[in-house]
Amino acid sequence: MSNSAIERAAAATPPKLARRVRGLSDRAIAWIFVAPTIFLLLAVNIFPLIWTIRLSFTNYRVNRPNAEVEWVGLRNYQRILTDEDIWQTMQATAHFLIWTIVLQVLIGFALAWLINKKFRGDNFWTTIIVLPMMLSPAVVGNFWTFLYQPQIGLFNYVVSFFSGVDPSSFSMIGEVSLAPWAIVIVDTWMWTPFVMLICLAGLRSIPTSIYEAAECDRASPWRQFWTITVPMVLPFLMLAVLFRGIENFKMFDLVVQLTGGGPGSTTELTSINLKREAFEKWRTGYASAYAIILFVTVFGLASIYVKALNKVKER
Amino acid sequence: MSLPSLDPETTPADRPAPRFFRRGPWEMAASILIGLGVVMMMQPFVMVAFTYSFIVTLTGTVMFLIVSHFPE
Repeated sequence: MSNSAIERAAAATPPKLARRVRGLSDRAIAWIFVAPTIFLLLAVNIFPLIWTIRLSFTNYRVNRPNAEVEWVGLRNYQRILTDEDIWQTMQATAHFLIWTIVLQVLIGFALAWLINKKFRGDNFWTTIIVLPMMLSPAVVGNFWTFLYQPQIGLFNYVVSFFSGVDPSSFSMIGEVSLAPWAIVIVDTWMWTPFVMLICLAGLRSIPTSIYEAAECDRASPWRQFWTITVPMVLPFLMLAVLFRGIENFKMFDLVVQLTGGGPGSTTELTSINLKREAFEKWRTGYASAYAIILFVTVFGLASIYVKALNKVKER
Repeated sequence: MSLPSLDPETTPADRPAPRFFRRGPWEMAASILIGLGVVMMMQPFVMVAFTYSFIVTLTGTVMFLIVSHFPE
């Protein structure tokens, strides 16, 4: 059937074109197949990047298309890197990034380790644990806003139940000292299952024969954990950290829904700040320079991380 | 120190790279620069470190891109 379809397609090809295609080398045919993807990549990724670099050296404002665009050199970069508010957002981002990754890795690995211990209903519990990851960040942000309400929120009542503190005496998203932790808790709740799934894949890829050999050598469970489990899951864990690190560096929707960057600018992460500069203040040139700074940072970090990941895999 | 082989059949790819252009130490130096730049950018203590963080990260990243093409 498929042969006849091929024959029909071949018969339908005009003889002139067929002759031309028959004369092409394998390399040329490969280029013909790859060219559309390369073109798309250039149009969607490379061209906007080059255009952004160009804009970052100008005072261009997208809401004033007829205004004269001036070349300002490195002034945008200079202003960003001497701005205390931007320095503050970098610190807020670092706090969010470090704590979410630490908590997600620890809890995700612990959950994967438990789920891997084959018990009755383990598939059911895996599904339950994975549920938060399937929700939209906008929905999660909205319902955690209700959970964090000091008067009616469940979160405050749970804290009150365990600590005896009056539930209406604190507001997770309204207080400067608690709001950064509020966003860390929500992101950890939502994305720990992702880390758990990756760790679970790593744990299930370890052959049982290695553990059996360790048992024969009378290795304790503690020793087995540190010399077999951890080294063999490490590449998977590093991959999870890479994905979560890049995702959290550009975290936007969840935090906007939850705190809107407040109170004040306590939870204003770099992506929220960048969006304000680009689409509320309409400082396109300035925002482009800001985006390039973030891009170089993430690109540099990802490069050394991928190198480390390859080294761990080679071991 | 071993000298490069004078065998006429040895291709340029077979010959050991000059010691100066070995990838390992250069990649390590570039990684340290990137790491230092990121720490400078996100630390909460010294504003001047934040100001110079980008140039350090950029130098490290460009250096990493170049030296990752050096031979092992």
